[in-house]
Amino acid sequence: MNLLLLLLVPLVTALAALAMPNKQAIRWTAFLGSAAQLVLAIALYFSYQSARLSGNTAAFIFEKKLDWFPSWNISLHFGVDGIAVAMIILTALVVIAGVLVSWNVEKMTKEFYFLLLLLSLGAYGFFISLDLFILFFFLEIAVIPKYLLIGVWGSGKKEYAANKLALMLMGGSALVLIGLLGMYYGGTGKTFDLLQIANIKIHIDTQMICFPLLFVGFGVFTALFPFHTWVPDGHSSAPTAGSMFLAGISMKLGGYGCLRVATFLMPDAAKQYAPYIIVLSSIAILYGAFATMMQKDLKYINAYSSVSHCGFVLLGIGMLTQTAITGAVMQMVSHGLMTALFFAVIGMVYERTHTREVNEMGGLLKVMPFISTMLFIVGLCSLGLPGLSGFVAEMTVFVGSWENADVFHRAATIAACMSIVVTAVYILRAVTKTAMGPLKETYASLPDAGWNEKLAAVILLAGILAIGLLPGWLNHLIQPGAETIIQKIPTIIR
Amino acid sequence: MSELFTIMKSELMITGIIFILLFIKLGKLVQNETLLPLIQLLLLINFIAGFFMNFEATAFDTMYQTNGVMALEKSILNLGIYLIALLFTEWFKQTEHLAEFFILLLSAVLGMYLLISSNNFLMFYLSLELATIPIAALANFDLQKKISSEAAMKMILSSAFSSGILLFGISILYGVTGSISFEAIPALLNGDAIHILILVFLFSAFAFKLSIVPFHLWTADVYEGSPFAVTALLSVISKGAIAFVLITTLYKVFAPLHVVWYNILMILSIITMIVGNLFAIRQQNIKRFLAFSSIAQVGYILFGISSMDPVKGSASVIYFVLIYVFSNLAAFGVTNAIAMFSGKESIADYKGLYQTNPLLSWVLALALFSLAGVPPTAGFFGKLFLLSAGASDAVYAFVAVAALNMIVSLYYYLRVVRSVFMDKNEQPVATVPVSPYTKLGLIICSFGIVVTGVFSWIYDHLIAIITQ
Repeated sequence: MNLLLLLLVPLVTALAALAMPNKQAIRWTAFLGSAAQLVLAIALYFSYQSARLSGNTAAFIFEKKLDWFPSWNISLHFGVDGIAVAMIILTALVVIAGVLVSWNVEKMTKEFYFLLLLLSLGAYGFFISLDLFILFFFLEIAVIPKYLLIGVWGSGKKEYAANKLALMLMGGSALVLIGLLGMYYGGTGKTFDLLQIANIKIHIDTQMICFPLLFVGFGVFTALFPFHTWVPDGHSSAPTAGSMFLAGISMKLGGYGCLRVATFLMPDAAKQYAPYIIVLSSIAILYGAFATMMQKDLKYINAYSSVSHCGFVLLGIGMLTQTAITGAVMQMVSHGLMTALFFAVIGMVYERTHTREVNEMGGLLKVMPFISTMLFIVGLCSLGLPGLSGFVAEMTVFVGSWENADVFHRAATIAACMSIVVTAVYILRAVTKTAMGPLKETYASLPDAGWNEKLAAVILLAGILAIGLLPGWLNHLIQPGAETIIQKIPTIIR
Repeated sequence: MSELFTIMKSELMITGIIFILLFIKLGKLVQNETLLPLIQLLLLINFIAGFFMNFEATAFDTMYQTNGVMALEKSILNLGIYLIALLFTEWFKQTEHLAEFFILLLSAVLGMYLLISSNNFLMFYLSLELATIPIAALANFDLQKKISSEAAMKMILSSAFSSGILLFGISILYGVTGSISFEAIPALLNGDAIHILILVFLFSAFAFKLSIVPFHLWTADVYEGSPFAVTALLSVISKGAIAFVLITTLYKVFAPLHVVWYNILMILSIITMIVGNLFAIRQQNIKRFLAFSSIAQVGYILFGISSMDPVKGSASVIYFVLIYVFSNLAAFGVTNAIAMFSGKESIADYKGLYQTNPLLSWVLALALFSLAGVPPTAGFFGKLFLLSAGASDAVYAFVAVAALNMIVSLYYYLRVVRSVFMDKNEQPVATVPVSPYTKLGLIICSFGIVVTGVFSWIYDHLIAIITQ
């Protein structure tokens, strides 16, 4: 399968959307384009599986390499492993749902969809890159769309939030850039090619400098404590689809980068720094959970809980066992779907009630049964109910973490487990206050979800159920990739 | 003799256009309305001609030299002046002395070309003067504006001061080494204190022209006072030319003192970036804003020049200047169109611009994102290659400061983008009528911003020419 299609389809769709004469045509173009993305992602999954079944054991398959700035040893080098395929499926699901829930955007529709599709282009490019330069290129390509989506179509303190987000993410990218240049000149033989670097043992001194730069740089994207502060502001000010993209895709770029670039290429330093990662991610998990308890605004609730949930991703990476890393990737996919659905539902509620304050709502189940049911399901997924994706992913992380048999790792694991109780408290409180209880008169005549909203929710829910009920396929998809990464980790700590 | 015509064709083309304009002016042959298209056509021909018959040669007993790289540098500047002729149409239309303007402009450009090709400090000094004095006259072109005269005064005083320092440096150089030829000097330099003093004097003169901190104080006032077209000329063409010359001088003449100028460049580039960026944050006037942003950009150029690898260093700088021509001229083109129509030059006046001028807003945003170095614009590649070239000896602290400066610069570029796209305004600037010439210029610039980066063959071609 040609991976360039994953870049071509969003690009063509975005340009086609610009050429469309009216809003209805733009919407349908974007919808058809994102449907094509989803078809591509599913086709990618099946052709990936059949390639594996037919005995292709290379770490990355569907490789494609084109020259690009050869004097710097940069090339357009693409290829995927199971982890990348999982992330691509996630992206495609979130994109189509995002396009569907934005059906009623009336303000500058053309620009809105153009930026949304540009964002998806950046995400696909990031996940399929096997060259650090283009990986960085695609990481940064999303900055402008995010900034404009929040600043123009957002609500609340949108200019402040947009600025904060753009600058913090740019700061993260700057750290990544320093790390990449350090690696380029400090021991990779002046190449940006991921596969070539993976075969070189970078000198430990270079690793010790570059690993924290890269890990923290990518960590900013995935809400590494204490660089998580853009998350609540950014998510709550963004338009619905913007929040879905930010939490569902953009935060995953960071986790994927931490895994693929920092940990995979610098395994010795990863081992050395792992305790710090575990401490920081445990703080993020607990702090995020407790901070959520205090929130009254639905979007802030989900944003802070995202900090907590993304902590599991970093915790899994920091634990450095194969199961934990598999769990981390599953958590990325699961959280991406779950949080996208959560934001979609919040957007639907907000569009009707014009408030996101939990205390001002109540009894919405009576007037909007579909939306409220979705709210329940996604809430239960968030608190880790078996049968839904959240349980599978978090459980895998915990099992993997428990494989480290010393006190420190066990203590961190137990602390992280405790957050589930807190999660249950805030989720149940938020959901019941919104959907149960007496219905306010002003809300008595509000309509339920439209066809587009139902379709978006069903698509995301299908993903959540597919992972929750049949976790095997995702596990098998991710595991070989996790193994490639874990094989390079030294077993004895110096 | 006929050989000389091909060797010096860039300079002779410019001289030819200057004479055509002089005859037109003296004989009053052409009306002002038809003069502008004629000039644009001549400059276009000049630009296209720049690509033919380029080879390595010297003339006048090696005082003048040319090669593929220099021809390319001149082509980039040719493109720049063609774009200036297109982009500032609105301003040209209302000025009475159009022919004089272009005669002065082209004289300065002629000086720059001779400067790029000079292979001898005598030639170097003469052409630097030729490149400077007409620009001071241009800065004063808005005769009725007091601020314009002030700008010219500041410009001429600081230029005179810097060329004094330069001349002092050259005379010491001649006294110490007994030579003023670029070919002979490198063998005679060995890092004595007096040689370092010469380097410092010469570099100070460059620093004035490039407005490197702490020699930058004239920049903002002169930019603000001059007409937009002159500001664009100063910040793009003039700086580009000096950056090209700096490459030749440092890599060729002062190659034996590499360790010395490497340190000077690194430290000055960091200071220049920081000062330029920090001052840009507080600016309210769009011209002053672009002035300080251009100071910060020069910091990145210095960072790239300080590379350990001359091929990478010069390739990155030339590439960056090409991108800078597109991005900065696009920004000046848009701001000029708005200022000519509404008389507004303050960033606060740009609030809500998107509602009335969506296309101009997009071009401005594209230009600013390119200046900030955000992909997929070409500025991203330009800046990244400068940083990568400068990072070649992996002094992490310097690389880190340079990379973190990109965040600061993004902050203030976003300030303008935010005014344009997000801030609400009861009475935004009304829809600006844009002439077809300006439109063409903006289209070329936007196209350049998008294409120059993503299509890597431009950079590859550059590397191929340099390594020839």
